[in-house]
Amino acid sequence: MLARRTKSNLCGGWQIVLLLFWSASALWAVEPDGTPGHGTNIFSPASTPAKSIADLSVFVLVITGVIFVVVFALILYSVIKFRARATDAGSEPAQVYGSTQIELAWTIIPILIVVVLFLATARVIHAIQDAPEPAGAVEVTVIGHQYWWEFRYPKLGIVTANELHIPVSDPSHPTPTFLRLLSADTDHSFWVPELAGKTDLIPNHPNRMWMDPQHTGVFLGQCAQYCGTQHAKMLLRVSVDGPEDFAAWVRTQRRPAVEDAGAIAGRRVFEGNACMNCHAVGGTPADGRFGPDLTHLMSRATIAAGAAENTHDNLRLWIQNPSAIKPGSLMPAMKLSDADLDAVVSYMETLH
Amino acid sequence: MASDAITVPVGQTEAGPWVDELHQWLTTVDHKRLGILYIVSSLLFLAVGGVEALIIRIQLMHSHNNFVSPEVFNRMFTMHGTTMIFFVAMPVLFGFANYLVPLMIGARDMAFPRLNAFSFWLSFLGGLLLYFSFVGGSGLYGAGSAPDVGWWSYAPLGARAFSPGHSSDYWTLALLVSGFGSIGTAINIIATILCLRCPGMKISRMPLLVWMNLVMAGMVLLAITPLSAAQIMLLIDRYLGGHFFDTQAGGSAVLWMHFFWIFGHPEVYILIIPCFAFMSEIIPVFSRKPIFGYPVMVAATVCIAFVSMSVWAHHMFTIGMNSYANSFFTLTTMVVGIPTGIKIFNWIGTMWGGRIQFKTAMLFSIAFLFQFLIAGLTGIMMAASPFDWQLSLSYFVVAHFHYVIVGGILFALFGAFYYWYPKMTGRMLSERLGQWHFWLFLIGFHMTFDVMHIPGILGMPRRIYTYEPGRGWDTLNFIITIGAFIQALAILVFLTNLVISYFKGARVGNDPWDAWTLEWSTSSPPPAYNFATVPTVASRRPLWDLKHPEDPDSRYE
Repeated sequence: MLARRTKSNLCGGWQIVLLLFWSASALWAVEPDGTPGHGTNIFSPASTPAKSIADLSVFVLVITGVIFVVVFALILYSVIKFRARATDAGSEPAQVYGSTQIELAWTIIPILIVVVLFLATARVIHAIQDAPEPAGAVEVTVIGHQYWWEFRYPKLGIVTANELHIPVSDPSHPTPTFLRLLSADTDHSFWVPELAGKTDLIPNHPNRMWMDPQHTGVFLGQCAQYCGTQHAKMLLRVSVDGPEDFAAWVRTQRRPAVEDAGAIAGRRVFEGNACMNCHAVGGTPADGRFGPDLTHLMSRATIAAGAAENTHDNLRLWIQNPSAIKPGSLMPAMKLSDADLDAVVSYMETLH
Repeated sequence: MASDAITVPVGQTEAGPWVDELHQWLTTVDHKRLGILYIVSSLLFLAVGGVEALIIRIQLMHSHNNFVSPEVFNRMFTMHGTTMIFFVAMPVLFGFANYLVPLMIGARDMAFPRLNAFSFWLSFLGGLLLYFSFVGGSGLYGAGSAPDVGWWSYAPLGARAFSPGHSSDYWTLALLVSGFGSIGTAINIIATILCLRCPGMKISRMPLLVWMNLVMAGMVLLAITPLSAAQIMLLIDRYLGGHFFDTQAGGSAVLWMHFFWIFGHPEVYILIIPCFAFMSEIIPVFSRKPIFGYPVMVAATVCIAFVSMSVWAHHMFTIGMNSYANSFFTLTTMVVGIPTGIKIFNWIGTMWGGRIQFKTAMLFSIAFLFQFLIAGLTGIMMAASPFDWQLSLSYFVVAHFHYVIVGGILFALFGAFYYWYPKMTGRMLSERLGQWHFWLFLIGFHMTFDVMHIPGILGMPRRIYTYEPGRGWDTLNFIITIGAFIQALAILVFLTNLVISYFKGARVGNDPWDAWTLEWSTSSPPPAYNFATVPTVASRRPLWDLKHPEDPDSRYE
């Protein structure tokens, strides 16, 4: 089923406009230092839904582009050709009131264009939205929270946050990922442009989307539906792993938290303060669900929903004063003493 | 014709001391004065909303900027959107409708002058209520704050759990109050047009401006009422324990979206149809030809009104509607393009074979045609719902609707200002400043909003107070910000022109543009009674008939 959709036949001869947009966007995606952008370009699709959307987009762009050129030329021509000249002072041009034939022509042609555009679009809507879920699909429940993402893999028993890991999908043996989208508070929107279009996470209104990335790497995105003060720093990373890497990641994530006797002081601080009301650490009494699960915190590259890299200093600053990194974040500053702060940071750093 | 003056008792026309003058303005029920009040009040709000836009643009000038805090930024974009739609665009268009409709149909005033005054003051005070939130937003709790839930106030963000205090209540009440004003004005416009046309002005002879305002007013009745209903439901949720939109108690966030957008999309047409109306008056006069295809233009307007009532959920393609709903709204949205395209073609048909005079009003109108064309085409892109799954909620959509609202509506409005200012004040706006205004605004507009499409394509969501470096958005945003400042400069030129020309502009007679509709048959500015004798018309262009008795329009209609 999925293989059938890998290439839409729409894209045929429309490469010129695609190229134009591509070159324009590629130009901008390259930062001054010459490194390529991290990829949030809707015209660099890496997964079937994003690809069929990009193909449809090019088709629509070409049609609208042609309309633009024709009408633009008409306006330009009439403005230049029919400008008032010094020689026709005082006299009025022929007073023309209309023409039924012309009106009919410019009614019927747009109707035909609309029919074509609609049929092409409806086909893609159906292909993406009504795609059945194959047996081997990975299922993830995505729960939007004010300013972070919770990812739960019900079949695999994994809970993690902000950095979604999914397997690469080989077209000959597709392993797509199907997301079930929920929200714990306000509306959010899951948007990783190179993998799929966005779908909102709305409380009391479960949604669904899927993606089947065809190459590995980290894909970026972020919350697209305004969800409150820190909507801007509700970033999203999707790590597309090769089959072995994904299996290894799953194995790590299914383990309970590492118990490191050296970090016992920090664990006491963590469990003796309000931290554990909101955060869970697998295999310990901490089972809060209001904030991200920390069982394998150190396996993540970023903290605070991508607002900062996961380094010792950032972690310390984040625990000491979350507002310094992300003003408006719902995590309170716990006003820990320096000793407690260091202890709890060391504890966090054992959570591989 | 109607230009003979009536002798008015001296005491009434004598300019009193400024207190009397102010009193007259505050208590006026004259449609022309109320029209001007609408226009002036919206210019004030335009300045405020413009400053908010500049704050937004400075903050987004480069990544990780700290010009304002996220809280302030969120207030700015909420207030900017709310202000520009409800307290600039709608009132200014109502102002022109108020001023022009009675004059164009040869009436003495609007049908309900007191309702007219009441509606204006409701709208204006609604705006003040919104801005009072800056000091009163948190009520008794201390420092004030403006609403920060976005101009849609999507549920459940607008619920008390997520929007405590009173800031979003000011938003709700402001929209409710001004909404009643809008409904009053709409009823007034409809009643005026249906009941007060002068002898001979059959409904098929009304100027297109009047026709289009009739359609707009009908749409206001249908669109504002669900918004008002939703605001009342929100108040019930917030203060009387209702659960319409309270998702924590089983309410529906999607219900709010439907309510909001069944207002919100027709609203776009409520704003653009009066601008079509301006174009349909200005383009013929400066092309020296009658409008091409009058009956088709009327039919297209009515058709847009009907179809636009069934497209609202194209604002909701990302909320997870099923594939049938998405297909339906894709189709209806694309269908709106047909009558809209017909209009563009008819305006071109009007210019075709004409003798186009490039007055500032006409320059703005030609720019309108180009920009509205592009806005329509990006609209078609987003009507294709899968494309919209990428573009929606991104900067592409921000660019698109600013293309409609600034490139379309505001350009048309500027055209209207340059065209009817002489009628309203008796003086011309300076063409020289007008040229500066036009070219600066054109450059600024394109710098800002052409470029703004690209960050959307590159994945930049809207309503973010800052963004990460290294995504290719920095340079683009910098250019956009510069463009915004050029636009602000152009607006300053425009405001200067309005003020200077009021005192120093060249005086004009009744009919500076050699135009054809009734408002140009009376003095500039018109007397309080508009026409000394009730005019009688025999065609769609009564003044053409008068000026060309050998070849009157009435012979062909």
